[in-house]
Amino acid sequence: MAELINLVLLAMLALTALRIIFLKDLFAVIMLFGIFSFLSALIFINLDAVDVAFTEASVGAGISTVLMLGTLALTGRKEKANSHSSFLPLVVVCITGAALIYGTLDMPDFGDPDNPVHQHVAPRYIEESPKEVGLPNMVTSVLASYRGFDTLGEVVVVFAALIAVLSLLSIRKETEQDASESGLKSHHVLHVVAKLVIPLIILFALYVQFHGDFGPGGGFQAGVIAAAALILYALVFGLPNAFAVIGAKFLYCMASAGVLLYASVGLFSMYKGGNFLDYNKIAAEPLAGQHYGIIIIELGVGITVFAVMLSIFYAFSSQTARSNIK
Amino acid sequence: MLEQHLAALPILIPLLAAPITFILGRSWFTWLFATSTSALACFFSWHLLAAALSDGVLSYALGGWPPPWGIELRVDTANAFVLLAVSTLSTLVLVYAKDSIEKEIEASKHSLFYTAHLLCLAGLSGMLLTGDAFNLFVFLEVSSLATYTLVSLASDRRCLTAAFRYLVMGTIGATFILIGVGMLYMMTGTLNMLDLASRIDVYESSRTINTGMAFIIVGVSIKLALFPLHMWLPPAYTYAPSAVSAFLASTATKVAVYVMIRFIFTVFEVEHVFEEMRMDLILMVLAIVAIFKSSYTAIVQSNVKTVLAYSSVAQIGYMILGLSLVSVTGLMASFIHIFNHALMKGALFMAVGAVFYRVGSVDIKAFRGLGKQMPLTMAAFTIAGLSIIGVPLTVGFISKWYLVTAALEQNHWVIAALVLAGSLLAVVYIGRVIEAAYFQEPTESQAHNKIKEVPWLMLTPMWVLVLANIYFGVDTSLTTEAANAASEWLFQNTEMATTRQEVIK
Amino acid sequence: MNFILDHYNYWITIILMMAGFYIVISANNLVKKIVGLNVFQVSVFLLYITMGKVSGGTAPIVVDGATQYSNPLPHVLILTAIVVGVATTAVGLALIVRIKGAYGTVEENEFKDQDDAI
Repeated sequence: MAELINLVLLAMLALTALRIIFLKDLFAVIMLFGIFSFLSALIFINLDAVDVAFTEASVGAGISTVLMLGTLALTGRKEKANSHSSFLPLVVVCITGAALIYGTLDMPDFGDPDNPVHQHVAPRYIEESPKEVGLPNMVTSVLASYRGFDTLGEVVVVFAALIAVLSLLSIRKETEQDASESGLKSHHVLHVVAKLVIPLIILFALYVQFHGDFGPGGGFQAGVIAAAALILYALVFGLPNAFAVIGAKFLYCMASAGVLLYASVGLFSMYKGGNFLDYNKIAAEPLAGQHYGIIIIELGVGITVFAVMLSIFYAFSSQTARSNIK
Repeated sequence: MLEQHLAALPILIPLLAAPITFILGRSWFTWLFATSTSALACFFSWHLLAAALSDGVLSYALGGWPPPWGIELRVDTANAFVLLAVSTLSTLVLVYAKDSIEKEIEASKHSLFYTAHLLCLAGLSGMLLTGDAFNLFVFLEVSSLATYTLVSLASDRRCLTAAFRYLVMGTIGATFILIGVGMLYMMTGTLNMLDLASRIDVYESSRTINTGMAFIIVGVSIKLALFPLHMWLPPAYTYAPSAVSAFLASTATKVAVYVMIRFIFTVFEVEHVFEEMRMDLILMVLAIVAIFKSSYTAIVQSNVKTVLAYSSVAQIGYMILGLSLVSVTGLMASFIHIFNHALMKGALFMAVGAVFYRVGSVDIKAFRGLGKQMPLTMAAFTIAGLSIIGVPLTVGFISKWYLVTAALEQNHWVIAALVLAGSLLAVVYIGRVIEAAYFQEPTESQAHNKIKEVPWLMLTPMWVLVLANIYFGVDTSLTTEAANAASEWLFQNTEMATTRQEVIK
Repeated sequence: MNFILDHYNYWITIILMMAGFYIVISANNLVKKIVGLNVFQVSVFLLYITMGKVSGGTAPIVVDGATQYSNPLPHVLILTAIVVGVATTAVGLALIVRIKGAYGTVEENEFKDQDDAI
């Protein structure tokens, strides 16, 4: 049954992707991309990757789509007819595709437990991590402890994205006069619903943040969800009101603080005589050390992701606001 | 205590300094902080090279988890040597940047520039030192995102399209690397490079492994701007702020060249890549085409930064050519050229940036008569230019010498002749600028404006590089010793792998 | 037949990659290029997750009674890659907004013409 669902979902995914190629209406293209992301999240669940599905749904289908729509508001929704020839790209793509197909010919069978991937390295994560790291969620163990340096790099990538967006788009507070016009002031239903929903979203974000050790979730997803709550607030009540809640300067400090918090765990373990990010050394008991270490670095991840995602949204929407005034 | 963490420090220092620089905001203190952290990273990479030369390989297990379960930093002479070039150039460029960016980047964005520069340094150091194939991808993206930022900071609007093109090409390259690493992982179950190398033997003739290898090589080739995948490079280097061009031209592509060497030599085995798949022929042809096509394009450009950018593509050709000769001397020539080219291109781009600082243009017409008006800058340009050409007593000569020796060792007379012919093209494109500076009268508008020499903070790093061009051109002991140790180590390593494989058979 | 069933996932993934890659290099509109880049990357994520699956396994979270878990390592790698992907997307889109402001268009051939005219 699961196999059948898988086949159907994959076929739908392929159809969506092919449709994107030929559509000229960019709004539809972006909506289809959102669908594409959600479909792939479903496939990820079907393939047992619940954490990945969670992230893809919140990041790929959520934040990416919002940012794309924000860009579209500034650039116009129609793609112009393409005059130049599409022959060369087709050749390049076909060569790449042929190489990939050639590569699949020796690939191990799908789902076979004897595949090399399941024989080397991974068994230790599956068998030992509940004892060595002490968490039931192996993905969190590997992410935060065994491959903690990758995750630090990833937080730095997010931070680098903030630097890039800020160097391109500046965030400016609007004057009081604009505040009355922005947002969806006249929609009372939206106001009431948003006021009900936003605290729940933030609560859910906190749950995802601190429950990531046991179930799917963790700092990334929590950061994105918390940012989504404030994005909703900014959309309904207007950008100036959102600035009043969390200002841009404060967000910059948060983004830096998250990275530094993560790294400080590593520095502390160096101080205690271990290698960088060796959580075993940060408490008397190795298991307790792992636990503290993972909680703190996940918090660092959550803070940075939240601050960066929200700042990027601020940057995009203050561009939109400015172009509306013009 | 620091000795124990020596391998991690060159990555961690700029990585930690970047968020702090961002908070510090707009002041001269930000500049001082960024420069001194970069200098500190440089100091530790000297130590790292010394340690690698005396002890051989340093391995550092991050998180205390032994490889292949955890991520490993693996330092040998080869990457310590490239790291030294990268961190030294980063420090010199930061010193130079203080005045240079005043004219090219809005004041409100100066702290963003320093932050992005440190992020880029951290990413490049991570790419060099890591021993894990996926970690390499992460640091590649750190450095790439920082690079797109740096390019887009200039005030000319064309920097935006250049940065966008760079972003699209760069992401395609990174995704190709991701596909390749995925295929290797699928067949071996590991991501650690050394572990990959030992497990790839078992699946020697697998089509999946070969495809994965091809994807990684193509992906890295985009990153290192190998002809014909170099199209992102000339606009990016032309329209980026001068300090950024100086830094990127002398480091970013070199790191990618090292990554290619590392994959070919330590992961895939030389025999397999070069003798069975004949990659050496493909690389050799592309390298030679790169040298001639790009040098020719450089000759007909009027923007001097574009000239230097195309010259960079040609110089990358020399590095790949050394690699494709598959010998200790050839690889040594590549390493020496990676180091030496950083010295030459850094100085050249700094000199051009100095001209922009005073004249406001980098068109070849703007150089007319500058030999008298900016004598120190143009002298620096001339010496570094002679070095690109390969005149004796400069580092360029040393690079060419080893490259020609390597070609002659294998009786490749044609290649040796082509290398020398390539230098003649360099004479033309460098010579045009020098001729304009010394033998042409300044244009009317420029003659009236009194053009002065640039501030000493810009001249000092430029002249440090120029003097290094001469010093390492005369006293070659450091470069040849490190490069020789690096390439012998790489070859010895693969021989070890082959003997081990024979034992298994 | 078995060969096809065993490789069906891989082949669909490759079709997706080709579709995404084609959009990136053929699209003239920059927003569409970024969408293509995302499609390309998501299909690579699918390739990784596909190889992590074990038939009859469950999600890699310890539960009583589970005997076989799917491989957690590809999941970790792809979590990282997704975040890297969204960071790149954000930067690309910010560049597009600036290009629109500087050139008045986001069609590649149109701003190329403007640059050539200078």
